[in-house]
Amino acid sequence: MEIREGLYYSKDHEWVRVEGNRAYVGITDYAQNSLGNIVYVELPTEGKELSKGDVLGVVESVKAASDIFSPISGTVVEVNHALADNPELINESPYENYIAVLSFGNTDELNELLSPAQYKELTKGE
Amino acid sequence: MDRRTPLYQVQKNLGAKFTSFGGWELPVSYTDIISEHHLVRTKAGLFDVSHMGEIKITGKDAVKAVNRLITNDLEPVPVGKILYSPMCYENGTVVDDILIYKFSDEELLLVVNAGNTQKDDEWIRSQITGDVMVENLSDNYVQLALQGPEAENIIKGILDEDTELPQFYRFTETSLLGMNVLLSRTGYTGEDGFEIYLRFSDHGADPERLWNGILEAGKDNGIAPAGLGARDTLRLEAALPLYGHELSEDITPLEAGLKAFVKINKDDYIGKAALARQFEHGLKRKLYGFEMMDRGIPRSGYDILKDGEKIGYVTSGGILPTLNKNGGLALINNLDLQVGETIEIVIRERLCKAVVVQLPFYKKKYKR
Repeated sequence: MEIREGLYYSKDHEWVRVEGNRAYVGITDYAQNSLGNIVYVELPTEGKELSKGDVLGVVESVKAASDIFSPISGTVVEVNHALADNPELINESPYENYIAVLSFGNTDELNELLSPAQYKELTKGE
Repeated sequence: MDRRTPLYQVQKNLGAKFTSFGGWELPVSYTDIISEHHLVRTKAGLFDVSHMGEIKITGKDAVKAVNRLITNDLEPVPVGKILYSPMCYENGTVVDDILIYKFSDEELLLVVNAGNTQKDDEWIRSQITGDVMVENLSDNYVQLALQGPEAENIIKGILDEDTELPQFYRFTETSLLGMNVLLSRTGYTGEDGFEIYLRFSDHGADPERLWNGILEAGKDNGIAPAGLGARDTLRLEAALPLYGHELSEDITPLEAGLKAFVKINKDDYIGKAALARQFEHGLKRKLYGFEMMDRGIPRSGYDILKDGEKIGYVTSGGILPTLNKNGGLALINNLDLQVGETIEIVIRERLCKAVVVQLPFYKKKYKR
């Protein structure tokens, strides 16, 4: 299972990649592996304002629908439209296929997320 | 704490992911559900279905006594054949849907759903009459299902004797890889295939050797183990009912479209009066199949609307991998919906268009 350096992680198995004031958000390799075949992704609408913990989108596997929670507060400025037709891209490369990009201002929230080492600890033995 | 089958360790070693179902911890998939689904449709998959319950009924009144508990008719069924039947309450709703193996007029084996085993055992004991004995043998059996177009070739390769293979819904007692088994031409996938029952107490019975031996024998045929996830998508495409979804203590077999398995003219049985009334006066709701036109995956419990009014709910839904579509089964309070008619599924407060289709989604490939 891959845990990529340079990213922030949430306890709910989302990752965040920060570029300036833009935060790319996706789900981790651990998450895609436990879900199995991802067959549908419900993307947020652009312009939507989210507080930390709000539902950012929904990822559906063959068995069930799982909410994806926004790991930080921000405004959706971009969504990954490729996932609408090819949700399996998340299975293939979870760290390349973000779900949405948020523009954010509150950098304190990043500090509440987990480092790669802490996330590794969280998923250890699973 | 969920129970585990004797094959838990060998499955874990194969990399299975597990899930909880009917009080059991069972493999949901080994690689991924969709690949396993396609493999069963094109080659062969091996499922561990040891969670299923087995209840034996013996005695000189066995057939008559069981016939009073079920809606289908066991009397005319020849020895060596299997009968599928709902078992109902007095009000016509369903205790369980079961298979009945007729070994003789005085010996029957009832195969029941895992989550219902104890309930069925208690129900049968409380309702059965006459000279019969009821034994719950569920802990004595390992059950495997070998399903797919290659199943017949694989079984032929591991038969110890020159036994003739049973035809659809028939069974035979034979020997595979040196082990005595009960072999039936049954399954829950819509493909040709077999179910294999191994009794622990039998001399030489070794579940792991049977499991590994079948996988080994089927290597050139492209066999692989398959999990509960694929079992569910396969049965959904074939529109086979799942207890707790299309059948339950709130649904009658007539509502679920199982008229062929409800004999209104049979001698008295539990639920007959209620079912006969429903038969005469008409149903209030019935089961339909639908495919999604809009994006979205229908899941069991989602509401169904037509012209803004709630008309029913999804009993089972999901992806239909062979069709490359999403769809499901629904109980709808409108008996006149036609194939091609549009309905709406409420998916997370969004109305998604779907179309009523002919069932099953996938035409069953049984060898009769």
